[in-house]
Amino acid sequence: MSSGFTAGPGGVVIADFDAAEVTVLRSLMAQILDLIEPGSTGDDPLERALGIGPSERPTDPVLARLFPSAYEDDESSAEFRRYTEATLRDAKRTDAQTMLDSAAPGRVELTGEQAQAWVRALNDVRLALGTRLEVTEETHEELTAMSEEDPRYPAYLTYDWLTYLQDSLVRALW
Amino acid sequence: MDVRPDLPWLTIVWNDPVNLMSYVTYVFQSVFGYSKEKAEKLMLDVHHKGKAVVSSGTREEMERDVQIMHSYGLWATVQKES
Repeated sequence: MSSGFTAGPGGVVIADFDAAEVTVLRSLMAQILDLIEPGSTGDDPLERALGIGPSERPTDPVLARLFPSAYEDDESSAEFRRYTEATLRDAKRTDAQTMLDSAAPGRVELTGEQAQAWVRALNDVRLALGTRLEVTEETHEELTAMSEEDPRYPAYLTYDWLTYLQDSLVRALW
Repeated sequence: MDVRPDLPWLTIVWNDPVNLMSYVTYVFQSVFGYSKEKAEKLMLDVHHKGKAVVSSGTREEMERDVQIMHSYGLWATVQKES
């Protein structure tokens, strides 16, 4: 299994991945790109130019977590969302695409900019998985006690591996 | 924490079970330019108290900060100082 990221010379970060790990990472990024549709702006050219998009909170709990409401009151939240969600969707898609394009078996060497995209994309996929799996702060401990026969085991193991990978990347960037 | 009376809007970051303590500290340092000590203290406040005020300023500035927090996947809201 990949031993995670380490800091390399000249501000790059380095990690080694085997083919199976890259398959998992790429498949997860493809799922994120499916889940987060491009920021849909209206037909009005002015609205498009200003990046004005939807104002309603997503009904899918994963999307609601990735695009949280910025205010407690609904009216201010809707207004904020209208002006920011489309841009945020595009930014998250760009991060996922960067990770999809740069994940390859063997040694992966990321520039500072690529590493920023990876750390955010890893967080997004952990938020998505974590919301679906309803993880708690005790999930890591639960996993160590969980039977490998448990139907939840593979997904929890993937989540735990992504946690490890993200933590190693943060520490390599520090 | 620089909470000046003439800057009545706040950015609040809320605790959640997914975001890593290391990552949250890293984001506070790199986005706000806070020292590691200050970023760690804010992260621990989020973790133990459930939320923390991470910046204060005009409404427009706080909306920009919340937007940046959301781009990093942190759960953040804008609030008027009460």
